[in-house]
Amino acid sequence: MPAEDFLQWLRREGRIVIVGASLAGLRAAETLRAEGFAGSLTMIGDEPYEPYDRPPLSKAVLLGKASPHRTDLPRRLEIDAKWRLGVAATGLDMTAKRVRLADGDEVEYDRLLIATGVRARPWPKESEAQLDGVFVLRTRDDAAALLRRLQASPRRVFVIGAGFTGSEIASACRAQGVAVTLAERGGAPLVGALGGVIGAVAAELQRENGVDLRTGVMVTALEGDSMGRVRAAHLSDGSVVETDVVVVCLGATRNTEWLESSGLGAGPRGIACDAGCRAFDFRGIVTDDVYVAGDVARSPHPLFGYQFLSLEHWGNAVAQAEVAAHNMISSGADRRPHLWVPAFWSSQFGVNIKSVGVPSMGEQIMIAQGSLAERRFVGVYGYQGRVIAAVSFDNTRWLQFYERLIETATPFPLEFPTVDRRPEGRQPVPADFPDPSLPTHGPTVTLSGYSPSDRRLVFTPARH
Amino acid sequence: MTHASLLHRITDYANRANPYPLYEELRRTPVLHEEDGGPYLVGSYWDILGLLHDPRISSDAGNLAAAGADEGVGAEETGLPPSFIRLDPPEHDRLRRIANRSFGPPHCPRRIDAMRGELADIVSGLIDGFGDARQIDVVDQFAYPFPVTVICRLLGVPREDEPRFRAWVEPIVASLDPQTQTGENEAERLQSTREARVQLGLYLAELVEQRRREPGNDMLSELVTSHGPDGPMTTMEVLSTSVLLLIAGHETTVNLITNGMLTLLRYPEFLRKLRDDPGLAVNVVEELLRYEPPVQLVPQRTSIADIEVRGVTIPKGSRIWLVLAAGNRDPERFEDPDRFDPYRGDIQHLGFGSGIHSCFGAPLARLEAQIALSELARRLDDPRLLEDPPPYRQNAVLRGPRHLAVGFEGVRP
Amino acid sequence: MRLVVDLNRCQGYAQCAFLAPDVFALHGEESLVYNPQAEEGQRERLARAVAACPVQAILADGLDDVDEEPAEAGQETSHAR
Repeated sequence: MPAEDFLQWLRREGRIVIVGASLAGLRAAETLRAEGFAGSLTMIGDEPYEPYDRPPLSKAVLLGKASPHRTDLPRRLEIDAKWRLGVAATGLDMTAKRVRLADGDEVEYDRLLIATGVRARPWPKESEAQLDGVFVLRTRDDAAALLRRLQASPRRVFVIGAGFTGSEIASACRAQGVAVTLAERGGAPLVGALGGVIGAVAAELQRENGVDLRTGVMVTALEGDSMGRVRAAHLSDGSVVETDVVVVCLGATRNTEWLESSGLGAGPRGIACDAGCRAFDFRGIVTDDVYVAGDVARSPHPLFGYQFLSLEHWGNAVAQAEVAAHNMISSGADRRPHLWVPAFWSSQFGVNIKSVGVPSMGEQIMIAQGSLAERRFVGVYGYQGRVIAAVSFDNTRWLQFYERLIETATPFPLEFPTVDRRPEGRQPVPADFPDPSLPTHGPTVTLSGYSPSDRRLVFTPARH
Repeated sequence: MTHASLLHRITDYANRANPYPLYEELRRTPVLHEEDGGPYLVGSYWDILGLLHDPRISSDAGNLAAAGADEGVGAEETGLPPSFIRLDPPEHDRLRRIANRSFGPPHCPRRIDAMRGELADIVSGLIDGFGDARQIDVVDQFAYPFPVTVICRLLGVPREDEPRFRAWVEPIVASLDPQTQTGENEAERLQSTREARVQLGLYLAELVEQRRREPGNDMLSELVTSHGPDGPMTTMEVLSTSVLLLIAGHETTVNLITNGMLTLLRYPEFLRKLRDDPGLAVNVVEELLRYEPPVQLVPQRTSIADIEVRGVTIPKGSRIWLVLAAGNRDPERFEDPDRFDPYRGDIQHLGFGSGIHSCFGAPLARLEAQIALSELARRLDDPRLLEDPPPYRQNAVLRGPRHLAVGFEGVRP
Repeated sequence: MRLVVDLNRCQGYAQCAFLAPDVFALHGEESLVYNPQAEEGQRERLARAVAACPVQAILADGLDDVDEEPAEAGQETSHAR
C-alpha cells in the first residue's frame, strides 16, 4: 500500500495502542482524536487507575490540600479508548506488531506509542526496603500510604536524597510540624539539578525551616525492630538517626525492561527516538510504527548540541505526546519536530523554584536579578560562552525573557544591565556542579550522548 | 508628506472615539519612532508581551525623567515618593508585597471573594436609584459611583469625601495623558498636578493618622499597621501607595464598565445572551479587556540597554510606549481581532498588562465589571444607545466615554 | 470537577486564588497549591478562575454544564496555545 493510502487507512480504521496510561499517554490519545483519528485506540497501564497527575502527590497531597486518590487528570475531550488498566506490558514483537501483556493477552497494533515513564528507584538492599515504614513516592498508592503514616504523628521522618522530591517531602513534613532529617550524598540539596551555588541557598532554606539536613553523607543501613518496622538509619559518618518513617528519594528508573529483547534502542537511559518521536531500533535505525513520548524517551535537541536528552518534566510529557500523536497520523511533510525547551518547577518551603534550559550543562552562573541572600533571584547559566539555562526563586515572571536568551544562544556572561542587578550579580562564578560521573539524586534533565543506540549508564544508584 | 505623525494622531482627541485604525497602522511598523527625543511605540502583541517581561526595561521614574519625560515626578516636587507602579525591583516588589498583605493571597486570600455580596448590593442600590427615569447617563449614575464606593470601602476612605478628592484626582489623571504633557500651558499644568498630589496626600495623611490611632478593618489601617517579613511601609510610602490605589481603583474600572455597556449595546445579541445567562459575564469581561481595554497604553517605561525588537534597535535611555490596545487587536495573535465575541475560546489579552507590573487590582476589577454588566443587562428593559459614538474623555491612556446616554423602557425588579 | 494547572506556565498572578480561594491557594509568594478535584459547589468560582488566568494555565473539565452556551464548553480547551 502506498504510504499516503496507508495513512488514510490508519486514520480511518487503524489500530493504535498506547502503552502507558499516565500524562503523556492521555495527552497523546486526546491529540489523536482531536486530529481526526477514528480507528481503535487501546490504552495499556500497569496501574489500576485512569490517568492521574503526579506532581500534587509530593506537594498538595502531603500538605493535606488534596486527596491522593483524587488527582485525576481532566480530559480535553472524549477519547473513546479501550482501557487495559492494571496490566503491565511485558513484551513487544515488532515484526508481528504485537504487545504482550502480563495476563498473557496480546494486543495487535498498526502504530504503537510507548509512554511507560519511570518508576521510583527503590532502596537497593531488598530486606531493608521491605521494612514497614520504608516508602518511595511515585504513584498514587505510594502517596496514600505515606500520607497515612505522616498523619499518624511519626516521631521523625528520614528522607534519603535531597533532590526535588526529597526536598518537597521534607518541606511538607515541616509544614505539618513533623520532625525530619534529610540525608544527601552530595554537598547540598538540589546540587545535581542546579549546582552548588543554588544548592547552598536551598540548604539554608531547609535549615531555616527546621530540617535536620545532613550533607556529604551516605546511608549505610536501615535498621528494623523485631516486628519488622524500621527504627533507625545508619549514616556513613557513624551517626544513627532514630526514625519511624523512611522515604527513599533516589531518583527514577526508566521502564524499559519489558522491551529488552524487542530490538528497540531501549536501555536504562530510556528509549532513543528521533526529533519526530519515532523510536530507533538497537542498530540506530529509525522504526516506522513505534513512537515514544514522555519520561521514557530520549531525543536529540538542536539547542543542546543534538545530544539526546532524557527529561523527567511534566511539560515535556505533554509537549512530546502531542508531537508524537500528531506525527503518528501525519505524512512526512506535515510532521513536526519536538523542540521543547526544558522547563521545570518545584515548590518547597513556600518558595517557587523554576528552571528553563539545561542547568546541569552550566559551567558558570551569574545572578542576573535579585539576590541569593533574599532568596528571590534569577540565576543564568553559561556554557561555552552562551546562555544555556536559567533558574528563578520567587521570580518567575522574568523567566520567559531568559528562555528566549537560551533559544537565541545569547552570549554569556550577559553584556547588558537588567533591573534589580546587585553587585553580586556582576560577575559570573563557577556553577559548581558535582562531577557528572558521581550520582546525584535530582537530575531532571540527563544528557545521554549522541548515539541513539548508546546504552551506557552514567548515572548509577548509590551502592552502600 | 504633510499629514500629522501617527503619534500625534493617536494622542489627538479627534480620534479618541475610534483609535483602532491608527493602531492597525502602528502595527505595520515593528517600532514606531517619528521624532528625535520622542517615544518608541510598540503595537504588536508578541513584542509587547516580550517587553513587559524584559528586565532591560525600567519603570523607575528617575530613569524616565532622564529619558526626557516630564513625568518623573520625584519626592521634592510633590512631597510624595513614587508609588510602586513607578519603581523597579527590589523596591517595587517590596512595596507591592506589603500592599498585597491587606488585599490578597497568601496573607488575605478571601478579602475580594468576601466582597461579592457587598458589590451586588451596591449595584442593586444604584439601579434602584434610576427610579422612573427612562434615560440615564451610565457614567455619572452608575459606572463612576460604583467603583468609587467600592474603593472607598476597601481603603477606608469616607464615601462622602468623594467630591473633595475628585477635585484632586482629576488633574492627576489628566497628567497621565500624553497630549497634555506637550500642551502649551506646561508649567501651569505641572503646577496644578503637583498641588493636587500634595492636597490628596495631605488628605490621606490625616486619615492615615486616624487609622494609626484607631485601626479599622480596611486597607489603610492594615497598610499602617503591617508588620510582615518586609517590615512596615514608611508613612510616605503608605501615602503614595494609597494615592495609587485610590486612583487606580476607580479611574480604570469606570471605563471598563462604560466601555462594556457601550459595546454590548452595539452588539445587542450578546446583551440578550448575558441577560439570559449571567455566567456569560465572565467571558464578556475578558473579551472587553481585549476589545476595549480601559488602559490603552503603558507610557512609563525606559530602556536601560539597547534593545532589539524585530530588527529595530531601541537605544538605551529611550522612552517606550507599549500600546496594549493595539496588541489586543493584533491579527497575528487573534483570529478576526476586530470582532467582539465573548465566545471566542482564546482571550489571552493584554488588558491588565503582564509581568511584575500586571494590574494589582485585576481580580476586583473583574468582579466589579462582571456584576455591573450582568445586572444592567438583566434589569434594564430594552436599553438602547442615545448617542453613538458618545463623547469621550480627553485621556488617550485611560480611554473611555465621558458620558453614555442610554434610554430604556423601564427597570425590572 | 477535575482540574490541572500547567505550572510551567503559571507566573503567580494569583487570579485563581483571589477568585476561587477554596480551590487555589498561594503557598508563599508565588507557589500555587490547588485541589485537583474541586467540589461541585465551586463550579461558578472555578469557571471565573479558569477564565481569569492571565497565562491560561488552568485546564478543568466538567464545567460545560454551567449552561448550554458554547463558551463554557470552550473553556475545556482553555489550554490555548
